Amino acid sequence: MTTTTSLLESEKTSPSAWAWRVLMLLSAIGLIGFYSEVLDVYEISIIMLTAVGMAWLGQDWPGYRWHSLVVALLSLFAVTLYGSELGRADSNFWLNYLLASQSAFMWMSALFVMATVTYFGGLFFRSTFTEKVASFLTWSATTMGMIGLMVRWRESYLHGADIGHIPVSNLYEVFILFAVVTALLYLFYERRYQTRSLGGFVLLVISAAVAFQLWYTFERQAHEIEPLVPALQSYWMKIHVPANFIGYGAFAMAAMIGVAYLLVASAQNRNANGGWSSHMPSLNLMDDLMYKSIALGFAFFTLATILGALWAAEAWGGYWSWDPKETWALIVWLNYAAWLHMRMTKGWHGGPMAWWAIVGLFVTLFAFLGVNMFLSGLHSYGTL
Amino acid sequence: MSRTQDSQRPHRSLAWRVFHFLGSMEFAITMLITLAIASVIGTVLQQNQPYPDYVIKFGPYWFDVFEKLGLYDVYSALWFLAILTLLVVSTSVCVIRHTPSMFRDMFNLRTNVQLKSLRSMHHRAQWHTAASTEASVTALTEQLSRQGYRTRITEKEDVQLVSAMRGGMNRLGYILTHVAIIVICVGGLLDSNLPLKLAEWQGRIEVETRNLPLSQVPKESRLPVGPQAFRGSVSIPEGRASSVAYLPMRDGYLVQNLPFTIEVKDFRIEHYSSGQPKSFESDLVIYDTDLNAPLEQTIAVNHPLIYKGYAIYQASFGDGGSELSIDAWPLFAGQPEATELETKVFETRNMQWGEQTLQLEVTGFRPFNINPDPTDDDPRNVRNFGPSIQFKLRRDTGEAMEYENYMLPVERNGRDYILSGVRGSPADEFAYLHIPADEDGGVEGFIQFLHRLLDKNVISTIAAEMKQETLVSLQSQEDQVLSDSLQRTLETLVAMFVRGGFDEVREFIEQTLPEAERDSLAPAYLAMLREMLGRVYLQGLSADANNTVSEAELLFLQDAIDAIGSLPRYGSPVYLALTDFTHIESTGLQIARSPGKSTVYLGCAFLIIGVFLLFYLPQRRFWIWLSEENGQTRLDLAGMTNRNPREFDTVFELIRGKLEAVTRNSALD
Ligand code: HEM
Repeated sequence: MTTTTSLLESEKTSPSAWAWRVLMLLSAIGLIGFYSEVLDVYEISIIMLTAVGMAWLGQDWPGYRWHSLVVALLSLFAVTLYGSELGRADSNFWLNYLLASQSAFMWMSALFVMATVTYFGGLFFRSTFTEKVASFLTWSATTMGMIGLMVRWRESYLHGADIGHIPVSNLYEVFILFAVVTALLYLFYERRYQTRSLGGFVLLVISAAVAFQLWYTFERQAHEIEPLVPALQSYWMKIHVPANFIGYGAFAMAAMIGVAYLLVASAQNRNANGGWSSHMPSLNLMDDLMYKSIALGFAFFTLATILGALWAAEAWGGYWSWDPKETWALIVWLNYAAWLHMRMTKGWHGGPMAWWAIVGLFVTLFAFLGVNMFLSGLHSYGTL
Repeated sequence: MSRTQDSQRPHRSLAWRVFHFLGSMEFAITMLITLAIASVIGTVLQQNQPYPDYVIKFGPYWFDVFEKLGLYDVYSALWFLAILTLLVVSTSVCVIRHTPSMFRDMFNLRTNVQLKSLRSMHHRAQWHTAASTEASVTALTEQLSRQGYRTRITEKEDVQLVSAMRGGMNRLGYILTHVAIIVICVGGLLDSNLPLKLAEWQGRIEVETRNLPLSQVPKESRLPVGPQAFRGSVSIPEGRASSVAYLPMRDGYLVQNLPFTIEVKDFRIEHYSSGQPKSFESDLVIYDTDLNAPLEQTIAVNHPLIYKGYAIYQASFGDGGSELSIDAWPLFAGQPEATELETKVFETRNMQWGEQTLQLEVTGFRPFNINPDPTDDDPRNVRNFGPSIQFKLRRDTGEAMEYENYMLPVERNGRDYILSGVRGSPADEFAYLHIPADEDGGVEGFIQFLHRLLDKNVISTIAAEMKQETLVSLQSQEDQVLSDSLQRTLETLVAMFVRGGFDEVREFIEQTLPEAERDSLAPAYLAMLREMLGRVYLQGLSADANNTVSEAELLFLQDAIDAIGSLPRYGSPVYLALTDFTHIESTGLQIARSPGKSTVYLGCAFLIIGVFLLFYLPQRRFWIWLSEENGQTRLDLAGMTNRNPREFDTVFELIRGKLEAVTRNSALD
């Protein structure tokens, strides 16, 4: 543990970390230069922010560097294959079987489910090798998901120059975003805490999202690319939605760690040592990770909600309208604020906090899905 | 308020205890959860709907109860504001109580620690060096500064203490986060409608609930131009102007005067090729005596105009009183000729149809209708159905039917129909009457046929003809009784059909025919009716009626019979056909003044900075106690952090390694 973290520290000054930072800088400059005619000042800021964020994430995280490079190369490859003809999605071998957004998402779904099973396999057979395979599968799934999003972005422009938009505009697209973001968050902590045994639990929630996503695709034809309604045509969408999903993803991860915590705690109660639970990280570590996760979620959810208020001020004429989606964001936020404070009061650790984190996921789920399904309001963009 | 005092004086004054209770973590958590739960109510019950809707939903008793509880506008109900206030009070008390110690913590390097307490810390280390104390201290402070730590050296008799700290701003994070809550709520209060509610309680203003023209709205319901916050809306037709906004208040509204006039030159909707709207835009002109020239600006969704602190948003759109030319065709009486009507959307007028007075209320016009194509199984394939009007026809009794008439024929299975939707209540779906279009694409052919069926002369002539043929075929021309009865039956069948459709005919058959003969005779009756209808139609076709009848004409007949069969359920004595229109749109503007906005945004900035400082800037402290021991310098290192203890293990090891190295190295110099 100690050695790995100090390894992380020294990685920040390694040549590859510097190469990565320079690459990010050049990519940002390249993008801004290439698209200079269509970008406004907000979008340029967003590109720069993204570059800084990616540079920071990749400085001591080689996995993320590889992931980003593969996403970039394969997405560019797909874009070249497409040229200006959407129809190539069916006629070109690579697009049809791998890189067209629809195919990439199918790969992502399959890989996530495989990764989940493999993680659990590794846990039950106490096989570190199997767990490493599971990590690799998770990375692959995340990479395919990200490629799918990138390619879909391009595909939307092939549908029509005025139709093109970043794929975070409806329920279908944000579900994929959710899966990808949650997986990345998990992978981040997997490396930080050098434990793979939580993978199955966290990936369970991603698999559930994937299952819903598949149903949504086949049942409702939700994967069609639709043009943006006027209210969504704003650069705010590009930051508000991703910030929100870092929040959702982190809350989901916290809840799944909560589940793992409770299972391990009860297994240890019955059978002090031995069994699968001995292969799990300590209760203390899980408690800590759950807290970290909720703190991260809370910070980004705060940011997202404020960005949402700024956007609302521009689009609807008021920064706060008590619209159901807004109100549920507030409810989620208050709930986790209460959670954070409760954890600071003496004696509230572990079990009760884990239960509360799980309840929190349901509250979050309602804000994310339930509001769109059951309540009407200004935010009714992604109805079921 | 130090610990010792607390324990020395268990019996505190009430005020002190209230203060502490309000600032306690338990109370804060309770308030956070209470507010969350209270907020749910307003998302489950749709807020600020017209009051009659609530009465229908809950019945008069519960409607009253819920109104008293403020459930129709939860977020400005007194009890809700009370919860918010308590949360703010709790946060304020918390900030007041903690800020002094937080500030101390932020800057204080804690130079008064004892060796004993350092040695009892969880993170500690100890080593010796041959270097002098002075040299060690210099090396230590230099190294710590390089790592981003502030340091201070304290000399105590024969020992030296180096205290170091970084991340003091973490404590500022606490203050910012919690002050932010207060700032945001104060800003929100500035923008709330609380002052209006107060003014209403004091009787200074009165909410208007009637639908009045602006000039008749009484003074008590009008608000002067001022610095106060408001959020209202106004709908302005193209070419018209307004210098007020309407503020929705419960079941009514108030009128807010503006210090300028907004004229709408044009409103535009652009569409994607698939029919979905792509942009809503209004060309506005602002007239203000403070302006040298009128200010022209186009606004769109996500691109408001901010003028003098008033923000003007594109919020909605609607009809601005489109001018309509309508042909009114009588269905059951009078001549088969149309009466021309000129009307406008939102206009109400009376129409006389024989005995019946009907009130025509035009409720809407749409220049095009992009609807799912009924001939396509895939509901996502859409088609433009052309212009339509929506209107209501109200009888003396107050009952009204609602209609939606399309201007142009719609093709279905190769035949053209003119569609008219009808429903008895807004909750129902429209049921569509399919009138077969004539050669000119209009309803006239159908109306002509319908009126021939109503024409007694036509019917009795054709009935006589048909009766004669029947008698001949039965070879009973002499039977006067049969002859009369046949004539009557044929005439009655047609009359019944026009009056009540096939339903009434079937009912007639059931009532008049004995049960034993019903099954064998009923088809004969229906065949007779169809034959009559066909003859009436063919006779009316053209002069050269003995020419062969075209397929199209036969299909028209079939469709016309179907349409007449549904007329009894159409509920109107008249068919209104839209013949021409001038589309006038109106733009829905939202106008807001929010003087508290910058306060809220400041609070938001505090909140974000505060939260990130709290979570991601750990406060770390180190102490090195240097003393002489056996001619060497002994160093006692201790460290602590206020968060992330796990990561601190590594940080401590890292710092310890570095410090040990520099002090050992300085011995070699
Ligand atoms: C909407 C209201 C509030 C919000 C959003 C909020 C937010 C936060 C956050 C994010 C933290 C950091 C938690 C952590 O480090 O895990 C915190 C800490 C804290 N809050 Fe609040 N808080 C609120 C109200 C209150 C109130 C009413 C109190 C009064 C009892 C309070 C007392 C504290 C204290 C004592 C800390 C610990 C600070 C420290 O030592 O790090 N908070 N708050």
